[in-house]
Amino acid sequence: MSLALKELRRRPGRFGVATVILTLIAILLMFLGGLLDGLTAGNTGAIRAQQADLIVYSATSQDSLVRSRIDPPERRQVEQVKGVDSVSELGSVQLGARIEGKGPRDLVPVVLFGYESASTGLPTTPTKPGEAWADDSLESEGVETGDILKIGPERSPVKVIGFVNDTRYTGQSTLWASMETWRKVQNENRSDARVAPGVSQALVVQAASGANANDLAISVDRATNDQTSSLTEDEAISALPGVESQQRVFNQIIGLTVLIAIIVVALFFALITVERIGLYGVLKALGARSGSLFAGVLLQAVIVTLIASVIGAIAALAMAAVIPPGSIPFIATGSRIAGSAFFLLLAAVIGCAFSLRRVLKVDPAQAMGAGQ
Amino acid sequence: MTETSPENDGSGATGTAAQANTPALEMEGVRKVYEVADEEVVALDHAELIVGSNEIIALVGPSGSGKTTLCSIAGGILSPTEGKVIVGGNDISGYSAKQLTEFRRDSVGFVFQTVNLIPFLTARENLLVVDEISGRDRKRANKRADQLLEELGLADRAGNLPSQLSGGQKQRVAIGRSLMNEPSLVLFDEPTSALDTKLGDQMVELIREEMKSRGTAAIIVTHDERITGYADRTVHITDGRLEA
Ligand SMILES: Nc1ncnc2c1ncn2[C@@H]1O[C@H](COP(=O)(O)OP(=O)(O)OP(=O)(O)O)[C@@H](O)[C@H]1O
Ligand SMILES: [Mg+2]
Repeated sequence: MSLALKELRRRPGRFGVATVILTLIAILLMFLGGLLDGLTAGNTGAIRAQQADLIVYSATSQDSLVRSRIDPPERRQVEQVKGVDSVSELGSVQLGARIEGKGPRDLVPVVLFGYESASTGLPTTPTKPGEAWADDSLESEGVETGDILKIGPERSPVKVIGFVNDTRYTGQSTLWASMETWRKVQNENRSDARVAPGVSQALVVQAASGANANDLAISVDRATNDQTSSLTEDEAISALPGVESQQRVFNQIIGLTVLIAIIVVALFFALITVERIGLYGVLKALGARSGSLFAGVLLQAVIVTLIASVIGAIAALAMAAVIPPGSIPFIATGSRIAGSAFFLLLAAVIGCAFSLRRVLKVDPAQAMGAGQ
Repeated sequence: MTETSPENDGSGATGTAAQANTPALEMEGVRKVYEVADEEVVALDHAELIVGSNEIIALVGPSGSGKTTLCSIAGGILSPTEGKVIVGGNDISGYSAKQLTEFRRDSVGFVFQTVNLIPFLTARENLLVVDEISGRDRKRANKRADQLLEELGLADRAGNLPSQLSGGQKQRVAIGRSLMNEPSLVLFDEPTSALDTKLGDQMVELIREEMKSRGTAAIIVTHDERITGYADRTVHITDGRLEA
């Protein structure tokens, strides 16, 4: 073991190329992961902010907020279901916003949500008519507290009273207002999709303590005679447009990158092992077991990978710190960094396994130079 | 546990006492055949050899006569095609590869025909490698390595890499390495081939001293007849056949 460590320390050049390549792979892996996390966060923030046990859409909506309509009778039915603790309404409309101090054609796409105070992930302070909380991504657009945004073709005025964090929806900034404000903005700007008083797009349900969300979803849909489609928060997130396909594509690229890491480690350590056949012959002649020689190879690969992962992690954190908010959706989370490092270590172990046979095959007789 | 017993006296004395009657090596009817592309090369045939418990034997023969093959078999690196090999009273001819590995680790010392030091380790670390392999007591190993380096006149070269040592110094490090596991039999495969006459003589003298002070048996392979003067007995080998 200490032999392997000494070789690493005294002949760093031998491992330089592998370290550089694996570092680049680690950076790529953590950047891709951070980008995916950033995109996912930007897509799902609004739903996660509900901290809901269930999101209830109308049955014909295909679980899409804009297509969904919930009428007051359904809401009352849902409230009656055993295991439901509280129900609140949710509505959304996607429009262009004009920001004070910017040109009249300089529109920022926003989603204005109407919500009731029961949503635990958002400020419980009720907003007055015409007022809204803004997602902090709007701050990077130059919006300040007290600004009045002009929303949609009808330029409905909405006053920003403060900022909330991590509430983006389908990659867009959001505004959080009362249900009345939402209905007003919706009806002013979307004459084709007017909503009557008491109508919402979805219901946010908190389950009573001890109730199972999956079971509750079934009871809720039964209570409304299947006029609703209830999803758990995770299901609702997966149902958001593009979220699943985005994750699939990114995970495929990440998988491919891990595969490349396996190939790099396999090739590189196979090469080193070939170079070391003479050394292994001597060590075996002196009584070293193949297992401990291979453990040395493994140790070196793991250390090289750890170095690469640490540099990758530092790069990812630096990237997250340097990227201005609102430009590239990149976040560096501990779990993503640890996960990437774990996959790289796994790749190192698998890659090394390709050298195992060669280490086992080394014949101590060659140290004697018999027959030369 | 007596901490006072000096290592060379201690190990040497007990080694001699325990093996006073048992020969270090017995070979009975040993035959080794190499198969190369459907052709059989008989490297060793009907080899009979007994090496006493603290005897030094010179093995002399022309190139290709089977000297290295004999050492490899005696040291458990190769298995004989036929015959019995008994080292320190243990019949190793039927050993599995794993048993042979343990046997090499614990019971024999090798000095290879090509010196084969580990290039990125210092002289001292090249000795300690043996101990790392066997995972023995580190403190004891350090002491033993320092003592061997001292005896071999390498104390001031302990921190040098092999590339910073002369041929003779490298050879001496290799001798030190072969003695680290306190073997009862050491196999020297042409320890003087890379050295000039004077240095070669010195080397064999040194080997003799080291062996005799420990009561360790040795086979010294050479094709230099002069060196046989330092051995207790000379055995000749030609075309795989031994003759006294
Ligand atoms: N691995 C091997 N495969 C096939 N033949 C071998 C092998 N090793 C040795 N031989 C043959 O066995 C014979 C004895 O070889 P060995 O290496 O024991 O000779 P040696 O006496 O040590 O020679 P030298 O003085 O040149 O080192 C030679 O004919 C050699 O070609
Ligand atoms: Mg030879």
